[in-house]
Amino acid sequence: MAQQQHLDLPPLGRRLVLGYLAVAGSVFLLMMSVGLLMRLSQAQWLPVGPDVFYQLMTMHAAALVGACAMAGAAIMWYFLARHVRLSPAVLAVNLATFLVGAVMVLGAVIVGDFGAGWTFLYPLPAISGGQWSLAAAATFMGGLLVIGTGFLLLHLDCARAIIGRYGGLGRGLGWPLLFRGDDSDVPPPAVVASTMAAIANVVAVVSGAAVLSISIANLYFPEVTLDPLLAKNLIYFFGHTFVNVTIYMAVIAVYEILPVYTGRPWKPNRVFLAAWTASTVFVIVAYPHHLLMDFAMPPWALVAAQVVSFTSGIPVLVVTAFGALMIVHRSGIRWDVASGLLMLSMFGWAGGVIPAIIDAVIVVNKVMHNTMWVPGHFHFYLLLGMLSMAFGFMYYLAKEGRVADAGDTASAPAPADSGLDRLGLGAYLVGGLGFVGVFLYSGQASVPRRWAAHLPEWLPYDRLGSVFAALVVAGALVFLLTFLGRLPRLWARA
Amino acid sequence: MGQSIAWQLSIALVATLAAGFIFVLARSRQRLDYEPVVKHAYRLRRRLFWAILIAGVPATLLTLGRIPYPALAGVSQPTQVIEAVGYQWWWELSADEVDAGRPVEFRVSSADVNHGFGIYDEDLRLVAQTQAMPGYVNRLVHTFERPGRYRILCLEFCGVVHHDMVAEINVVR
Repeated sequence: MAQQQHLDLPPLGRRLVLGYLAVAGSVFLLMMSVGLLMRLSQAQWLPVGPDVFYQLMTMHAAALVGACAMAGAAIMWYFLARHVRLSPAVLAVNLATFLVGAVMVLGAVIVGDFGAGWTFLYPLPAISGGQWSLAAAATFMGGLLVIGTGFLLLHLDCARAIIGRYGGLGRGLGWPLLFRGDDSDVPPPAVVASTMAAIANVVAVVSGAAVLSISIANLYFPEVTLDPLLAKNLIYFFGHTFVNVTIYMAVIAVYEILPVYTGRPWKPNRVFLAAWTASTVFVIVAYPHHLLMDFAMPPWALVAAQVVSFTSGIPVLVVTAFGALMIVHRSGIRWDVASGLLMLSMFGWAGGVIPAIIDAVIVVNKVMHNTMWVPGHFHFYLLLGMLSMAFGFMYYLAKEGRVADAGDTASAPAPADSGLDRLGLGAYLVGGLGFVGVFLYSGQASVPRRWAAHLPEWLPYDRLGSVFAALVVAGALVFLLTFLGRLPRLWARA
Repeated sequence: MGQSIAWQLSIALVATLAAGFIFVLARSRQRLDYEPVVKHAYRLRRRLFWAILIAGVPATLLTLGRIPYPALAGVSQPTQVIEAVGYQWWWELSADEVDAGRPVEFRVSSADVNHGFGIYDEDLRLVAQTQAMPGYVNRLVHTFERPGRYRILCLEFCGVVHHDMVAEINVVR
């Protein structure tokens, strides 16, 4: 097996990664606070009108999906750039398009009162019942289009660099070893995961761009129409894939950082490569599980969605989560907040997959679809999974900086995390578990999702959920303040 | 029924996962050579993989045998039919009374945007649903076991009055 040479990270790239994380972290905290407002409103502890609630809901989801993508891209770029020659200019363009798109999205909501949900389900953006203008709808969807275009460029640049170094995307997924046993040039996990992200997201973003473009055209030229079922397929294919890929990008932090803590390598063997090739296919074809209650869909597609949703959990549980447990088991690891968050992320991802798979069983979906069970499972693997990866990476960078400042030797003990950092981790863990637990319990009690006003019977869930949400926000505030406090020195060192 | 099973199964599986994490974390500060750990873990992983498959295949077959799609479920032609059309923000039902114990076919569509046709019993428990979509008719066949007043709640976000889009069906003996 050939030795992998690490390339130096260009200073511009390093600073852009810090910029991505600062933006993503700030959006995380801000939009978590918006989420808390929504729960307080449902709990009837805060008077928020339904129009404002649905605007907050739209903003919360759209901004957090974008922030997850930014954080995932930062992690991917940081580690992928050690192996292939990426373009910092493209990374900068994606940051610029994200900021422009975010201003458009937030402007459409805050100024234009747009509140059709981040899924912009055709034809709702055009039929608002007088709540928002066509211009607001066009600005919102245009903002998503701009953000998607930036990510398309970023993934194309990653694919270009991987093809340039390894000779093809199949080689980026490690197929020579997987199918022929050729271990002469096995790509590291960061390359494998980035290849998967590029393949899935290029297809997803192009589909999203198609449905967004037609939806925008439909606003001003009503004769330009789209079949609602086709639109739904395109939207959920785009949304499902784009959101899931944020985790597949961010998990690179676990693959790269846990080996640093344990002194044990995370080698891409055949099982690992098979899991990632399978995940590439599964993440693309699993999306019809969002349409299980659309009885007009071809039944074979929905039956296949149940089967694929089940199998898509196997690589997560059996390869990645199991691999993380294996690498820390009796490793003598010295835990800190960074490694603790990364380990929590493995539990969050694998744990969230369980209720997600159960929801994808058609007979269960019949009584769970669009109840609180759904935000229950996706907050499980995004809040406790994906965001823990992102915050863990931020702490890792902060610690790297501290080690360097302390004398830059590999064995130099880094100053320990503060008590406040550990308290933040505790609040995030307890708050996160309680928060998703209440969502799931509300879901099994049939409480619908995306309802601005709740019936009196549901208020106890909302109130308990609000308390846990406040704990999550407190934990995230500590994480962000620690990172932002360290940012000037990290920037100067870049 | 389906909700309780989903909840209990989720709790059991997440708790098992948590136990695995706690087991490993509790021993993580001890130090052993990696090779024997890997050897043991790979053996365990193979067993885990096969256990998931062995549990998953019959569970999949069993649940797929109970899917609610009329085209595949072999439902005979029900004699009770309700046409349901969603509007922003009300339901138009061709009838609002049906008999318990006999299948009802709901022909669900929408006149404007996407809605969700969720049937709730008197205990506010969701018993069945389908999407209401412009240009399509979704056929939902459901047999009410108990008489009572059932509510139709909108389960697909459809605009600012989404949460007030409620109708009632009276199920009689």
